Amino acid sequence: MQHEYLSAFQVLLGFLVRFWPVWLALAVVLGTSFAFRARLGLYGQLFDTYVGIAGVTICLFWLFTAMFASTVAPFNPLAQILVMKDALPGAIEPESGQAFLFGGDRLARDIFSRMVYGSQIVLVIAPAATMFALMVGITLGLPAGYYGGRVDTILSFLANLVLAFPVILLFYLLVTPGIMDTPIPYTMAGLFFLFPIIFFCTLFYTRFKHRPQVLAIQIGLTLLIGGWIYVGLVFDADPLGIIAIRPNELNIFVAVVFASSPGVFRIVRGLVMDIKTRDYVAAAQTRGESPWYIMLWEVLPNARGPLIVDACLRIGYTTILLGTLGYFGLGLAPESPDWGTAIKEASRLLRSHIHPALPPTIALMSFVLGLNLLADALREQSLKD
Amino acid sequence: MLTFITRRLGTMLLTMLCLTLVVFFMVNLEPNLRKLSISQLDMRSSDEHIESWLVRNGYRDNFFLRYGRWLGVVQKQPNIDAETGAVTPRFSYCNEPAEPYYGGILQGDFGCSTKFKTTVSAKLWPALGATGILMFWVMVVMVPVALLIGIFAGMREGSRTDRSLSVASITTTATPEYISGVIFTVVFASWLGWLNGSAASATSQGISFYNFTLPVMTMAIYGIGYIARMTRASMVEVMTQQYIRTARLKGLSFNAVVVKHALRNALIAPFTVIMLQFPWLLTGVVIVEVMFRYQGFGFTLVEAAGNNDIDLLLGCSLVSVFVVLFTQLISDVGYAYLNPRIRVQ
Repeated sequence: MQHEYLSAFQVLLGFLVRFWPVWLALAVVLGTSFAFRARLGLYGQLFDTYVGIAGVTICLFWLFTAMFASTVAPFNPLAQILVMKDALPGAIEPESGQAFLFGGDRLARDIFSRMVYGSQIVLVIAPAATMFALMVGITLGLPAGYYGGRVDTILSFLANLVLAFPVILLFYLLVTPGIMDTPIPYTMAGLFFLFPIIFFCTLFYTRFKHRPQVLAIQIGLTLLIGGWIYVGLVFDADPLGIIAIRPNELNIFVAVVFASSPGVFRIVRGLVMDIKTRDYVAAAQTRGESPWYIMLWEVLPNARGPLIVDACLRIGYTTILLGTLGYFGLGLAPESPDWGTAIKEASRLLRSHIHPALPPTIALMSFVLGLNLLADALREQSLKD
Repeated sequence: MLTFITRRLGTMLLTMLCLTLVVFFMVNLEPNLRKLSISQLDMRSSDEHIESWLVRNGYRDNFFLRYGRWLGVVQKQPNIDAETGAVTPRFSYCNEPAEPYYGGILQGDFGCSTKFKTTVSAKLWPALGATGILMFWVMVVMVPVALLIGIFAGMREGSRTDRSLSVASITTTATPEYISGVIFTVVFASWLGWLNGSAASATSQGISFYNFTLPVMTMAIYGIGYIARMTRASMVEVMTQQYIRTARLKGLSFNAVVVKHALRNALIAPFTVIMLQFPWLLTGVVIVEVMFRYQGFGFTLVEAAGNNDIDLLLGCSLVSVFVVLFTQLISDVGYAYLNPRIRVQ
């Protein structure tokens, strides 16, 4: 099958043009941020260094790509257009006249569109899973570091238990197709997704327990929103039908949270052990504040710097974990356009075709690189203070 | 010190016990047992057939009884055919005594691999040896390169060398093995044709520069950035110390100060990091061995997990957990030994 091809320059041009909504959004956001950087606190300070600017730009680029994926991608990521099987980059699809900018893969799907849609999967699961891991790690790490003693011994033992597992083995055990028939993923989801609700309830209760009207509103809202998301995610029974998650996605979500929360736990525990020796903690103890008030309102805000840096790095690490899952064909559907699965598909056929392998690898690498640069810039800024 | 090590060893044993119990529970879930029996019988077996196979081979016995047998604290019973009364081993490829015996981990018997049709020991130890060779070369490449990068970057903080080396090391930490593996294969095997994109021949014909460079390079690159950054941080800290200024002021050249005074103290922290790198390398080994088809530990682990080969998977997890915990112990002890300021109570 002969195709008409675009030249390398036209491919580059087409690539730039396809991303027009992303460039527009980037220009608006970066322009305003840069103009008002003096008033934007820590975020504004990022624009003082090249590393920070590069990190913010790359992360926002992928964020906007995920948001505008349906406009950016010219083809449906799952559609197979038979004539385009293994087409080289720049081949023109005869019916619509649109080009397969990065060529077609083994199943005749547009690699460019798959890369663009793949960002959606990664940018939804990785930050969300990191947030849940943070919640679990913080809620367990605070008491472990603050009380010490037996609480610390037991929780640290459990955390080390999970950390001693090689990640791959953990995933092979937790994310096999058969496991969806057992109640294990749902039990774990039920357990993990409780932590944010517990966290916010305790947070508001310790602060506002002497002001019942305010407390009632906040606890009520937490329970309402938290319960809604909880019911939607764990039981897949959202009454409004907005929050839904497929069983296999729930499974990888839970596995990723499970694998990364012990790391957060260790960091939080270490920070709390350091911070609890400070004078303001002693002052709060003398005032007779309850232990949980001190942990959540005195210790935690002062640990935010390292935690934000860690969260950035951890989103990157979670992205790598998702890629690993995809690479081993665990959890995600085989036709799913996510980067890990695409890399797996392409790396098996490297001997015959190399062009399907490069876009997803470079996408994943650049996103993680952006997050790492961002974390590095944030760390440097927080060290300056 | 001795009580510290004994306590740590005790915790290690407890952790291994808990972890193997968890793994044992997971591999014995109903869907996994079905997967195992289907792979042992054939795809179209009826439910009764599968059930009778599971009962006959003892997979339906009490969970703790079977864990005890695997551990070696409960006797294994010979397999007696109900109709004829003859003693037949469960798996023809593993020798099984005809009388009840203790044969578990504690006796050094790792059991029987259903996937590779041999004993676990016969499969696991050669695979570990192959991975050991890979790990050795990775360490030989990774550690000196990472330390050099870290030292050069940390020597003069904020200089142009420092900044470019830092960005380079951040880039390598953003490149997991399955990314660098693909990129290196494309560049060195497909375009330039210098190196072999598969290490399968390393198992059969012995390792050579041609078939072993890509796996080693792929694995080393992910760790280099991390170790280099740790070395840099430690080097930067040392370079601001009083004794470095003193050495400079008494007229020593910059190079002499770095080599004689700074290096020794700056290398304590990276030692811990390198030791703690082993668990990471374990994950990397799995990816690299699968990607380059090298028959080592990681390859065995994936095969065992994919086919729910119970005994082999338990053996693999035992080995990997041991490696993780043992390197943690070495890193703690070594840190205390190297750094006179840290004393273990």
